[in-house]
Amino acid sequence: MNSTKKLQKSWFEPLAPSEKNSEVLAPQTGYWKDAWRRFKANKGALIGLVLIILLLLIAFIGPLLNGFDYSTQNLSISNQEHLSGHFLGTDSLGRDLWQRVWYGAKVSLLIAFIAAFLDVVIGVTFGGISGYFGGRVDSVMQRILEIMYSIPNIVVIILLMMYLEPGILPIAVALAFTGWVPMARVVRAQILKLKTQEYVLAARTMGASHFRILFKHLIPNVVGPIIIAVTFSIPSAIFFEAFLSFIGLGLRSPAASLGILVNDGYRTLQLFPYQLFWPALVLCIIMLSFNLIGDGLRDALDPKMKK
Amino acid sequence: MKPILEVSDLHVTFRSEHHEVKAIRGVDFTIHEGEVVAFVGESGSGKSVTFQSIMRLLPQPPANIDKGTILYNGRDITKISETEMQKIRGKEIAMIFQDPMTSLNPTIRVGKQIAESLMKHQKVTYQEAKDRAVELLKMVGIPSPSERVNQYPHQFSGGMRQRAMIAMALACSPKLLIADEPTTALDVTIQAQIIDLLKDLQTDTGSSIVFITHDLGVVAEIADRVAVMYAGKIVETGTLDEIFYNPRHPYTWGLLASMPRLDQTRDQDLASIPGSPPSLVNPPVGCPFTARCPYAMKICQEQMPETTKASDSHQVACWLQHPDSPKVENPIVSRR
Amino acid sequence: MTKPILEVKNLEKTFQIDRNRVLKAVDGISFEVFPGETFGLVGESGCGKSTAGRTIINLYDASNGEVLFDGKNVHRLKGKNQKKFRREMQMIFQDPYASLNPRKTVMDIIAEGLDIHEIANGRSREEVVYELLETVGLNKSHATRYPHEFSGGQRQRIGIARALAMEPKFIIADEPISALDVSVQAQVVNLMRKLQKEKGLTYLFIAHDLSMVKYISDRVGVMYLGRMAELADSEELYDDPLHPYTQGLLSTAPIPDPVQARQREKIRIKGELPSPLDPPSGCRFRTRCPHAMAVCAQVDPLWVEAKPNHWVACHLYPKSNPQ
Repeated sequence: MNSTKKLQKSWFEPLAPSEKNSEVLAPQTGYWKDAWRRFKANKGALIGLVLIILLLLIAFIGPLLNGFDYSTQNLSISNQEHLSGHFLGTDSLGRDLWQRVWYGAKVSLLIAFIAAFLDVVIGVTFGGISGYFGGRVDSVMQRILEIMYSIPNIVVIILLMMYLEPGILPIAVALAFTGWVPMARVVRAQILKLKTQEYVLAARTMGASHFRILFKHLIPNVVGPIIIAVTFSIPSAIFFEAFLSFIGLGLRSPAASLGILVNDGYRTLQLFPYQLFWPALVLCIIMLSFNLIGDGLRDALDPKMKK
Repeated sequence: MKPILEVSDLHVTFRSEHHEVKAIRGVDFTIHEGEVVAFVGESGSGKSVTFQSIMRLLPQPPANIDKGTILYNGRDITKISETEMQKIRGKEIAMIFQDPMTSLNPTIRVGKQIAESLMKHQKVTYQEAKDRAVELLKMVGIPSPSERVNQYPHQFSGGMRQRAMIAMALACSPKLLIADEPTTALDVTIQAQIIDLLKDLQTDTGSSIVFITHDLGVVAEIADRVAVMYAGKIVETGTLDEIFYNPRHPYTWGLLASMPRLDQTRDQDLASIPGSPPSLVNPPVGCPFTARCPYAMKICQEQMPETTKASDSHQVACWLQHPDSPKVENPIVSRR
Repeated sequence: MTKPILEVKNLEKTFQIDRNRVLKAVDGISFEVFPGETFGLVGESGCGKSTAGRTIINLYDASNGEVLFDGKNVHRLKGKNQKKFRREMQMIFQDPYASLNPRKTVMDIIAEGLDIHEIANGRSREEVVYELLETVGLNKSHATRYPHEFSGGQRQRIGIARALAMEPKFIIADEPISALDVSVQAQVVNLMRKLQKEKGLTYLFIAHDLSMVKYISDRVGVMYLGRMAELADSEELYDDPLHPYTQGLLSTAPIPDPVQARQREKIRIKGELPSPLDPPSGCRFRTRCPHAMAVCAQVDPLWVEAKPNHWVACHLYPKSNPQ
């Protein structure tokens, strides 16, 4: 032993147990904290999030900035692109376009959020029960799902809209009527994978009810995929709403949604292209942002899925 | 005996965005021609990473060899190009893994896989290679090899796949065979068959074998020499008998004592090592075993002990070997 | 002799794989477990030992035969008795990573049983959990953490605390240490033994590691392809194994002692485990048995007491032959 440093005798005294560095636990990291860190690292997703927040802020604050409202008609100033006070000009009935765009954006988002909420409620329950109970229950529920899937959803939605009164809730219901199917599939696949995990067996050996296992053990472990599915179902709801309004099955005037505004603008496209441009731009930003956020969330909440 | 593989001062680090894991922290050892050396350690001790980095099987990044030399037959293989390394891999040094299913290609017939690795390293026709594949399958004890050669890996059972994997590794008669937990996934009866096979093959071919395992029972069956790894370092190395009957490191004592022997009486508790291995993100400055060691001294926390020789073949890295330290005997009553 | 706490009578469990294939995972096994003892169940993968454990604790229905716990058939329990059974028999699982819900804190994991049965014996939920954490060698501060922050051995302790929360009489330990590192295995085994002494627990210890099973068990049953091959006191089984399969298993089990390893007689079991979907006729082990005879293929060996308290199913022992 010819160590370079001089060794003192006292260094060879035994350590008391308290002097030892006892077991150090891994740093406390929550699932959400971790996910947020990964989300932040994704520039696109962050841009999407910032855009959505900005858009929502403007949608609520913007209309306060000029004294008009979305429904008052004034034919004497119809189709004016540049008019003081009217930031985006006026439409063919002389309504303020700035007001109408933000009002429409709020309505479109509201419809989308209600539809997405209904998707979650129906999809998670259906998919959860189907996946958890399995066997015959699952086969029957799967056949229902396949039938739902095989009918073109546009046809279903159009048929529904012919029966329902046009309004925000009916449109959301019509969109959710077929929109929950992908959610149910995602949830079922996850539950099928998780239900054989030993912690589920442990809960069963302690006498936990099916309800408890499904909603206290399984669903909380599927929250990530559910959130991801929601962020993708919102833009698709917005798109379908716009489509419905565009073909004249959506909201009725003077109510506005982005789809109605696009439709109105489209009629006068050749003369007054700005009336199509602004609502279309807002629609695009919303769609793009939600898709960016969805991609970011997928990487953040489910890192295994990434490539 | 001529040394075939000499590794000195090997450091390997895994870097990710947020932290670095110092997986190998200065490892030195030599493998001689024709010997079987077992590397023992718990998961995370670095036993597999050591050899995966020698074989350059770790993706870089995140893995990186920070320091150290690896001499294969006197040539430093950390410096050679990937093309040259490919010539060594398979032909000179071959490797078998714990899970043969992930190392055999499921879409290619077993015989063809063996033949292809032969053709890569040797000038043989496909027919010659395939005939040799049948011979190899026969040699590793696969029944009706001429039919088995045309089957796919999924048609083989776990034990058979491991045999096929061994046949593939032996195809080019490598000088060194690295077996990374080759029997861990197998049942006891099959494990015994594979160990017998490896022992027989070693006697016949005279190649060296590195046997990586966590199971001291398997070590006792197969090894000539043993290296005990802990937290990215080799803490003790010696001949089989030295490690089992005259161990010097408290970690080795703990490992040996925590395995029940078939003749263990039931009234006494198993000796266990308290706690669990340290994190290698921020490895301790001193001896990594300090926190779990019943004999830990002040110096152990401060400084990594140097490697001392207990005999020509037996080396220990522990402060208890220092003349100033209190005399501690192996607490397990010597079994012989 | 005391009354057994658990009686397994001719238990069978089959799984329908698809329309035409049936897997007989457990094919008529019988044994008894007495209060306060540890009964070891060993065998290779696919022998049905885990399925047997899960059927006993009523995670699976029995296809045939019965399981009596305290004299009552566990598969026919209703209402109050069912609830009582769910408390009295607990399970410790193999995979310390999969057996704890990753989204729950240690507090909620351990208190799961307390929540389901709405019991805390007059004390607060926290107190009970803190006490349990201490019992298994962890501390209070661990209660608010999540499973992924712990090592394998610590997780297994949490799993044990969860089972203990129900104050069970009987614990089925399904390979509780095979996923752990060697140095940690001994910690968990010592803890289990300590708890057994303190609380008078009865264990059914399922494992494939013979030396550990011998060390922890009072009696051991050896399973092969869904059937019981041999059953005896653990000392007796290791000193005088009767079934050729047990003999082979014992002589192939690696022992951490080079001299013994060199000296011992090696009985190698040849070949591989046949598919459980299509098991051999007669004695299941005959295809790999060094002593196989003509009768082995035709007749199922009977389960007989070849020596006092030493049961075996093998034609080498005259009583096993029904003719």
